[in-house]
Amino acid sequence: MKLLTTNFLKCSVQSCDTSNDNFPLSYSAQSTLARDESIEFNAAFLLKILDRVDWPAVVTVAGELGNSGLPATKPVLSSGDVAQLGDDELALLRDLHVLLVQTTLVEGEMKCRNCGHTYYIKNGIPNLLLPPHLA
Amino acid sequence: MTGDAKTAQAKEDEYVHKVYNEIAEHFSETRYKPWPIVTKFLDSRALGSVGIDVGCGNGKYLGINKDIFLIGSDRSDGLIKCAHEINGQYNVLVADGMNLPHRDETFDFAISIAVVHHWTTRERRVQAIRHILSKVRTGGQVLIYCWALEQGSSRRGYHEGMEQDVMVPWVLHKTKAETKDKSKSTTHNSTKNREKPDLSGVEPKDRAAFVAQWKKERQEARSIQQQQQQKEQEKANAEKENDASDATKYRFYHLYKEGELEEDCVSAGGSIVDHGYEKDNWYVITEKI
Repeated sequence: MKLLTTNFLKCSVQSCDTSNDNFPLSYSAQSTLARDESIEFNAAFLLKILDRVDWPAVVTVAGELGNSGLPATKPVLSSGDVAQLGDDELALLRDLHVLLVQTTLVEGEMKCRNCGHTYYIKNGIPNLLLPPHLA
Repeated sequence: MTGDAKTAQAKEDEYVHKVYNEIAEHFSETRYKPWPIVTKFLDSRALGSVGIDVGCGNGKYLGINKDIFLIGSDRSDGLIKCAHEINGQYNVLVADGMNLPHRDETFDFAISIAVVHHWTTRERRVQAIRHILSKVRTGGQVLIYCWALEQGSSRRGYHEGMEQDVMVPWVLHKTKAETKDKSKSTTHNSTKNREKPDLSGVEPKDRAAFVAQWKKERQEARSIQQQQQQKEQEKANAEKENDASDATKYRFYHLYKEGELEEDCVSAGGSIVDHGYEKDNWYVITEKI
């Protein structure tokens, strides 16, 4: 599971929807990460993705998984057109590509901050099915 | 949950969830050809769009457009495993279509191809569509495909006027050793080795009668042998039948009739952007109002 996916996942339990603590899920620091360098950098795609991600959630999840180097507020780039961006800005997009697209969670746990239910990631596949008493 | 919903869910567990896990690998081998209208829909999404594929199966739509971020989910962990093995870069997860873990009002689009027809009541099918719509932003489009009752000349032969709630068989191919035709063990004598009456010690005048008697006895013996062979053949066939019934799995489908999918989408709170028929399926593009 790519790190980017964590920006779109909340707890499956519907009663947690009334809480603000069901997103992002809390990721275990013991999770196993991998990097897939074969995924090519697409600056225009990253620019769009940066625009739409929930930045505080990116910072929180990256921090839990050991990367505490992200700025607290979402970087604002000088243009929506990749051709107009400076080298520093392109380097930033490239860093985000490595973090969000190339970094994957292979084994690990994610927990709802509201109900405390734990979901597991095994062989790169997160399972968000609920046990019958929670469904 | 009401008693009706529980009954419906139990039926879906037995005739959808369980079966897809059982047939996952074989099913996945047969699902590789993307349908043109789905491909067109995905290719026309804007660069950087984020979407979900609810009931993605083995993920055949997850790699169509490299410029979008598409997260596939399926209730069957068996099928998700197939998807992950086909391409480790696919974004996949195991989740129930009625309890999706995706953030609400977030996604630019969604697709759900040949999935909604597996819910066993109309109420649950509408609820499933409403749940998908709840994940997309206002103006976000959802492409839904369901199997049609009107299948024209397809081999299944479903057509107007038939029962819409059906159990559709899936025959699992067994391995060679298991399907070996048992009847072949009883081989017929070839003409080369055909026996001849032993005429030594028989007077020439008696030979005709001797041969006639010999032929009669042979005929009787052969008919007993044939009866035995027939019995063995029947037994072998019955065994084969048993093997086959073990390997046939039934999935529940609600076959949609013309106009019904549009109605369900409207009931779920969507507006209709486009609709049509492709390859024995009705499809609708519905938009979040």
